[in-house]
Amino acid sequence: MLALPFVITPGAIAAGPPPGATSCSGCHPASATVNTPVPRILGREPDEIVAAMLAFRSGERPSTVMGRIAKGFSDDEIRAIALWLAAQEEKR
Amino acid sequence: MMRTTRRAFLRGSASAASAALLAAPLMAQGGARVVVIGGGFAGAACARELQRAMPRAAVTLIEASPIFTACPFSNSVIAGLRAIAEQRFGWDALRAEGIAVLHDRAKAVDPQARLVSLSGDSVLGYDRLVLAPGIDIRWDALPGYDEAAAELMPHAWKAGEQTMLLRRQLEAMADGGTVVISAPANPFRCPPGPYERASLVAHYLKTAKPRSKLIVLDAKDSFSKQRLFQAAWQQLYPGLLEWVSLSNGGKVTSVDPASRTLVTDFASYKADVANVIPPQRADHIAEFAGVSDATGWCPIDPITFESLLQPNIHVIGDAAIAGAMPKSAFAANAQAKVCAAAVVSLLNDEVPPPPKLINTCYSLVAPGYAISIAGVYHPVNGQLVDVQGAGGVSPADAPPDFRALEASYAAAWFRTITAQTFA
Repeated sequence: MLALPFVITPGAIAAGPPPGATSCSGCHPASATVNTPVPRILGREPDEIVAAMLAFRSGERPSTVMGRIAKGFSDDEIRAIALWLAAQEEKR
Repeated sequence: MMRTTRRAFLRGSASAASAALLAAPLMAQGGARVVVIGGGFAGAACARELQRAMPRAAVTLIEASPIFTACPFSNSVIAGLRAIAEQRFGWDALRAEGIAVLHDRAKAVDPQARLVSLSGDSVLGYDRLVLAPGIDIRWDALPGYDEAAAELMPHAWKAGEQTMLLRRQLEAMADGGTVVISAPANPFRCPPGPYERASLVAHYLKTAKPRSKLIVLDAKDSFSKQRLFQAAWQQLYPGLLEWVSLSNGGKVTSVDPASRTLVTDFASYKADVANVIPPQRADHIAEFAGVSDATGWCPIDPITFESLLQPNIHVIGDAAIAGAMPKSAFAANAQAKVCAAAVVSLLNDEVPPPPKLINTCYSLVAPGYAISIAGVYHPVNGQLVDVQGAGGVSPADAPPDFRALEASYAAAWFRTITAQTFA
């Protein structure tokens, strides 16, 4: 590892959070200490998140705001967000 | 909670950082310097994201106020439903994470030399500067309404002493009095805010001073969540709350603070309590930094939130021209997280990918009765626009338990976003 040369490629697309992912923590807590009825979504199975988002988007699962939000994301975007959320840890 | 100095923090995280060093690009290795001005829902959240993503970076947060008083839910304080103490937050948790928090005022920015001058003689250099300064009241925009007038006719549009002043005036008013709220033309901080305030003041009057009247004088013909607000007003506050639109002569053209009179082109309204929500612009530091335009607000690149007028300066929150995104705390916080990721990418000589951002805003129209608006946004042709088919407001025909659920989500949102930003 140490011997591997590290080459910076200016102009490479950054591998940051997928589009939309960081907005979730506006309502879904990123901290274990917050008291809220809004479900915790960090560290969850990606399939659970995908299934929930698709059901919100289709209207099959009733919601207050999630249906309105899920309609703004494609299947691929939802999958990317779910994988990213699964890799995040709650802060203490 | 244990306080950690920057040095101790860096020592503690040295082993973790060394693993990351292998893959870390030049800036992060050298320790990038990022200065954030403004410690609200945009600035404080951005500083935290930056420090977490770049533990070796020097992140400095400059905030003039020793304490933060949150605007969301301050209308509940005005209506006597909530204590101002529940609105107050500090930055100790940010200090503990290694962020240098300076209670100081930025008085000048030199974008070429990349320097911020503080109120003393100290000067801070930066690689990237994030401005999250919020709004200034335009004291030159409404004849008669200056800083002295705001002591008699509070704006209460920056939470704190102004919030309490308006509360005290409402408490002191006799039953049968007239309250007048004036709402400005777009754009301004918190588009549904004047109407949430009108709703909750009406609730207070209905329960405590039922012979009183509330008049809303508006410089607009339409406003956020309008149908939902007006349906709720008809149901909850009939005969008590009157909204006067622009077309019906609602635009206030001058005020006389001594007599608490608001003047329109058609009439004069003498109030017992007058709440003037005046025209606004980005905080004056934006002008000093050369990032605000003739509108008084700051044009930005919708992918990075970098200023279109000055390099290496990003603008987030209410001060920014964020296209379809409203000037809300949720939007400011969402922008902070996208901007932080973009700043990290740029410092790594990478190209930030196009983001999506979400906004969700709740308004209380009475205790246990809230309505919401949501939106999803993405950059198109240099503007943040609504993602077609997404977003919108609460259903018009929702039953009471839906409104109550949204009220509980509103309160939970406040706990979540304040914890994310300050705890």
